[in-house]
Amino acid sequence: MAKHDTPLLDELESGPWPSFVSDIKRQAEKNPDCWDILGQLELSYRDKITHWKHGGIVGVFGYGGGIVGRYSDVPKQFPGVEHFHTVRVNQPSSKYYSTENLRGLCGLWEKHGSGMTNMHGSTGDIILLGCRTEALEPFFWDLTHELGQDLGGSGSNLRTPANCLGKSRCEWACYDTEEACYHLTMHYQDEIHRPAFPYKFKFKFSGCANDCVAAIARSDVAVIGTWRDDIRIDQAAVKEYVAGNIPSNGGAHADGNWGAFDIQKEVIALCPTECMWMEGGELKIDNSECTRCMHCINVMPRALRPGAQQGASVCVGAKAPILDGAQFATLIVPFMEVSADNEFESLIEFIENIWDWWMEVGKNRERVGETMQRVGLPTFIKVMGLDPIPQHIKEPRSNPYVFWNEEEVPGGFERDVDEFRARHAA
Amino acid sequence: MGYDPANPMADRITDIGPPHYAKFHPPVIAKNKGKWLYHEITQAGVLMHKSETGDECWTVRVGAARLISIELIREICDIADAHCDGFLRFTTRNNIEFMVDSKAKVQPLLDDLASRGNKFPVGGTGAGVTNIVHTQGWVHCHTPATDASGVVKAVMDELFDYFTSMKLPAQVRIALACCLNMCGAVHASDIAILGVHRKPPMIDHTRITGVCELPLAISACPLGAVKPAKAEVDGKEIKTVKVNNDRCMFCGNCYTMCPAMPLADPDGDGIAILVGGKVSNARSAPKFSKLVIPFLPNTPPRWPETVDAIKNILETYAKDAKKYERVGEWAERIGWEKFFEKCNIPFTIKSIDDYRLAYDTWRTTTQFKYTNHIK
Repeated sequence: MAKHDTPLLDELESGPWPSFVSDIKRQAEKNPDCWDILGQLELSYRDKITHWKHGGIVGVFGYGGGIVGRYSDVPKQFPGVEHFHTVRVNQPSSKYYSTENLRGLCGLWEKHGSGMTNMHGSTGDIILLGCRTEALEPFFWDLTHELGQDLGGSGSNLRTPANCLGKSRCEWACYDTEEACYHLTMHYQDEIHRPAFPYKFKFKFSGCANDCVAAIARSDVAVIGTWRDDIRIDQAAVKEYVAGNIPSNGGAHADGNWGAFDIQKEVIALCPTECMWMEGGELKIDNSECTRCMHCINVMPRALRPGAQQGASVCVGAKAPILDGAQFATLIVPFMEVSADNEFESLIEFIENIWDWWMEVGKNRERVGETMQRVGLPTFIKVMGLDPIPQHIKEPRSNPYVFWNEEEVPGGFERDVDEFRARHAA
Repeated sequence: MGYDPANPMADRITDIGPPHYAKFHPPVIAKNKGKWLYHEITQAGVLMHKSETGDECWTVRVGAARLISIELIREICDIADAHCDGFLRFTTRNNIEFMVDSKAKVQPLLDDLASRGNKFPVGGTGAGVTNIVHTQGWVHCHTPATDASGVVKAVMDELFDYFTSMKLPAQVRIALACCLNMCGAVHASDIAILGVHRKPPMIDHTRITGVCELPLAISACPLGAVKPAKAEVDGKEIKTVKVNNDRCMFCGNCYTMCPAMPLADPDGDGIAILVGGKVSNARSAPKFSKLVIPFLPNTPPRWPETVDAIKNILETYAKDAKKYERVGEWAERIGWEKFFEKCNIPFTIKSIDDYRLAYDTWRTTTQFKYTNHIK
């Protein structure tokens, strides 16, 4: 039985897309506190403003993250959401679940919280929405003891890493993204749970340049699969595509009226490096010119595959606009072997080089991409002990303002102005 | 046994991380990991992945709200128990994927999903509109300038046909962030819906002393608009801050640092639309989304102005772009002046950048197209 009238929200129960309002009502039949979620949200729809207070520091003993405090600013009207804290539970790599595990999580959240969730939050965690402060420790006990699961990150720490599903169900993944994500998540439990950084820090793992977890747009360290050798071509399958016997782009355009497949127009002409051509009925690729953008492979997945010598490009410093403007991650290591065989040694060393420097020079609430902007890419490259290469830039600088070091200039910077004046009258 | 409040540290388990992913792989995934040869989308929402072992993994992708109940999750589990050996996964865009190991098992799964009302729409693949990634909005956040779940529901209801089909020139990724903090990073989306504030913060002098570290609030402002000040509270002079309204760009970073500087407002807040971003490196490099509509009002429960604006951009693009061209690639090919003209979106001075690195976006060539903007 509904506790509040919600005429505005009720309008969101119609239409073909699943309705979160109907779903909250369904949950409210089990947990009456959820009527107050709807009641307060209806008030926000009327007032056109949020009714949640700013912040509130809550957590579990020993952790500095994983719980986000939330309190209603109208608790007398909606006591069921007076405390409505968020719990971030670290998701399994690739977001596969057994129903047994999901039912276990549902049982815990029925016992301790509102029963509402986000599957998943933007960073990747399982988000459990709405519990009281006194429920946090009992919930955490049950989560760790009964399900063997743990909280994710929040605050100025390593945020919960995330990955595309990689080799588990994709033919394009150039390294094992889910193992890399799992391994580094386990390796850095302390950094996830106990904030010690200037600001948040994110890893994301994508298996190829299509970048299905948006690593290059939103992670401080983006590990994006690529290869070093030649695109593998099945010329018989190329002929099948040309003959129109296999749908282009994996069938992704099946419902449009695009006409017959035209390899010249759809593949060769759209290659950004113009490194492909047809010769004697075969597709030829000048692999030394290829930038591995994935377009041709996307369009002809049965004919073309990434090369066999695989690894990842590592880019650093992406973030959303707050504060200095949005940044994509900058290519720092063009090709790195990313392998469980050596426990991701190169990647871990790379990450810890960044942290050693950033934890020292990063300002409060400064993402590493902003620190890089502030000190400049040349300084960052030097700090990381890397050789500068043209792959680090889109184009060389167009101003001449080079910071020469004294030792680079014969005779150094110290000069005698009197001697200068002896030869040059003022 | 269980948690003992009198002895909270006893038998405590910490830092165990997430469960190992391999425990949750469906059998066909466990067997064929790393062996996949190719895939095909056989119809909107249904993918077939072929392994070198000859095995096939058939995936049915289903849209969902991001805000879902455990009752719904249990229903999802019932479906996975009945059809998928008790396994399933979620995508990064809040879709649910049910996987089976043969084509014969697909239709019974689709029939089961279709029998459950509108809860499990099948689609979100290929050259269509997939699920909108979004943030919390008014349902759970303290800084939003708009709601999230409601706007998304209204937009997806209108674009539903594009979720269940693959008739666009390319995939179109839509994202919503309910304020400039962008917990959902919308800065690289084909179409971004962004909650924006338009009034400077108020200063709650009676609260500021207890809740705010003044130097942090002052340094939080990227434009130096927040300055130290004094005010009188209950006859006593206190240290506080003042805001130079002329310099405020309404980012809300001061409120993040200082709860005594609220800026949300029913009339001030609303939605900006940005377009043309992409994350993938395919063909062209990743691109940022660009601001094309600076403000639309908050009009709950269905935000008709926002829904219309998005549908207009999407359908203008659908009519005009070439196969494979993302929204941003289309806009760059035709030129942004043509984008505004074709979409019939008024160009305003607010689309001209005057923040940092703005010069990068100013046109420094004599190449342009004559559009209706030139009188």
